[in-house]
Amino acid sequence: MAMTGVLRPGHAVVRVLDLEESVDFYGRVMGLKETGRDKSGRVYFKCWDERDHNSFVIRKADRAGLDAFGFKVRDKATLDRLESDLKAYGVTTERMPAGEMLETGERVRFKVPTGHVIELYAEKKDVGNGMPYVNPEAWTPDAEKGIAPIRMDHCLIYGGDIDGNRKIFEDVLGFSLVERVKLEDGVTDLATWLTCSTKAHDIAMVRHAEDGKLHHVSFLLDSWERVLRAADLMSMNRVSIDIGPTRHGVTRGTTIYFFDPSGNRMETFCGGYQWYPDMQPVTWTWDEVGAGVFYHDRKLNERFLSVVT
Amino acid sequence: MAAFTVTIEDTGETYRCPDYKTLLEGMEALAKKGIPVGCRGGGCGVCKVEIVAGTYSKRVMSRDHVSEEEEVAHKVLACRVKPTSDVTLRVLGKMKKNVCRDVNAAIAE
Repeated sequence: MAMTGVLRPGHAVVRVLDLEESVDFYGRVMGLKETGRDKSGRVYFKCWDERDHNSFVIRKADRAGLDAFGFKVRDKATLDRLESDLKAYGVTTERMPAGEMLETGERVRFKVPTGHVIELYAEKKDVGNGMPYVNPEAWTPDAEKGIAPIRMDHCLIYGGDIDGNRKIFEDVLGFSLVERVKLEDGVTDLATWLTCSTKAHDIAMVRHAEDGKLHHVSFLLDSWERVLRAADLMSMNRVSIDIGPTRHGVTRGTTIYFFDPSGNRMETFCGGYQWYPDMQPVTWTWDEVGAGVFYHDRKLNERFLSVVT
Repeated sequence: MAAFTVTIEDTGETYRCPDYKTLLEGMEALAKKGIPVGCRGGGCGVCKVEIVAGTYSKRVMSRDHVSEEEEVAHKVLACRVKPTSDVTLRVLGKMKKNVCRDVNAAIAE
């Protein structure tokens, strides 16, 4: 597939309870690079191998959770087209001016039926990954500092009308369904995993009694060894681990779920498979959801469906 | 290091909690049960308790789960509270169990 339209997750904006504690956590422990702070107090980070100015932004608030999740689209013409497609579909959109987020162009912002704020943008400053575009090295010293994920990869959101969400992502934004978990009725989706690329997921959603909730934001590592190293660094730094290292049945990624200092769940993961548009979706039934979520334990832990911010 | 005795009034369970650990960390470290364990960061609210006796220090916790009035009334998150004396508490937080069934029920409503 020629990648047009929506390219990839571009930024997550997350609320934290204690800013400096969180800056230390995301900078020193996670090994993200701080790239700036704006007048409203937001702190911007990127992963070492990402080229755009920011992919993860934190803001001090009196409650934890997700402010917005953004996707980069191919160009400004694509942004205009997707905005008019959203409007034609009945979605109310809002334009956030260029520069409202540091080094980021105009954003089209809208709410999906689960209450989450999604943003699309075409432009973000290429600050590079610390290596030249001519004759680069294989990696930089930043690749070894802290957990040091390669990129912000996807998120899992919780809310009521995940069917309505899926329609917007599929019908308007060009996403495809990769995997799903069905409830006992065999019809209703408990959870869906959607892609806009050849990744096994770019966004996932779980049906939940409360809208607008964050389950996790995920960061990519490039080997199982790095996942184990991340777990060591988490223990050294007294990070609250939810579960892992283990493997998901869904997407087959290896994983650690853990919590940031404000209780927002994060994931570091590796692997999964490549998806192409001619592939049919994978379905998990309600009675095997345990193996789908945690492949080795073959059962949910009590936090998976109940602890969100 | 000082350590204090924590009593979970609901079950009568007691455990010793050092002053540098939160009430929740202290319980988990000794494999004790009674307070639901969530994010351990003051964000998700499942470990909410009411301190009915004793003194403690506390850190910032999500207003989604603890209002200012509740905080004054010693309704706090066990993951954000460290004991400075023996403590007796009541469990307020609930871990929503059987969520698949709850979801089915929610859809049926």
